[in-house]
Amino acid sequence: MSANVNTSLPLEYQTHQSRMNILGFWIFLGAEIVLFATLFAVYAVLYQNYAGGPTHQDIIMIKEVMIQTLLLLTSSFTCGLAIYEMRRNNVKGLISWLVITLLLGAGFLFMEINEFIHYIHEGATMQTSAFLSSFFVLLGTHGAHVTLGIGWAIIVIIQLIKRGLTPVTARKIFIIGLYWHFLDVVWIFIFTFVYLKGMVG
Amino acid sequence: MEKEVKRFPVSHVIGFLASLALTFIAAVIALKTSLSFKAIMWIIGSLAVIQAGLQLFMFMHMTEGEDGKTNIINIAYGVFVAVVVVVGSVWVLTSGHAAH
Repeated sequence: MSANVNTSLPLEYQTHQSRMNILGFWIFLGAEIVLFATLFAVYAVLYQNYAGGPTHQDIIMIKEVMIQTLLLLTSSFTCGLAIYEMRRNNVKGLISWLVITLLLGAGFLFMEINEFIHYIHEGATMQTSAFLSSFFVLLGTHGAHVTLGIGWAIIVIIQLIKRGLTPVTARKIFIIGLYWHFLDVVWIFIFTFVYLKGMVG
Repeated sequence: MEKEVKRFPVSHVIGFLASLALTFIAAVIALKTSLSFKAIMWIIGSLAVIQAGLQLFMFMHMTEGEDGKTNIINIAYGVFVAVVVVVGSVWVLTSGHAAH
């Protein structure tokens, strides 16, 4: 694994193993795009099948959704700053931005769970209509990814504190960074094609 | 591959400000204008694609490294399959005989 160390590259790209891991993670993200595409497809087909239940305009709390969007967008930015600090070898800055990223992510998750609880109290559950089934599956899959990302990042941060910034920890942080940005990319499409579309149509 | 020695993360800040602007423009167009549903969806859909591109190129550094080209081909193919799945499902299941 220590073969082919190229110190002219950023830390996370220095070993062949790391470059392969990063490439492999990009391929995984390609599969994730397709996973979310199937859920978007189901939603796009069923989104007007209200079955006598609430419609988009009845339940969507657009103000809360805007705040969620800003939290996740800002967390994607701070995650980018974390990687930027990692490349300047600033471990303190790296950890600080990662913690801020996770706090913003946790804030997003907290608001999303509250939003779901609110919907369920309004009588809009997964069982109510095809619209709400596909809505909760799409949103829930994204929320589950955010939850997993927070847990994963905490473990990587603990490893970073214990072992310091090495080619291996740098690669792990870079990969969780890619994952986190990807979750924001998915959210852009949820915001546009679920929430904004629902408020228009 | 770039070696980041700059004092200020210019591309990240530009990407963030642009993303904020795109989000707010999409929200205003969808919530405050009285354009037709079709026109609004085309506009905010395009804004979403632009913003996703910003994330991929300015935050995720998709094109850097020796595998930059592979990344682009891989993600482009993922997007192609995504479009076929979504547009194809809507087309088959909401038009023609399937609608009756």
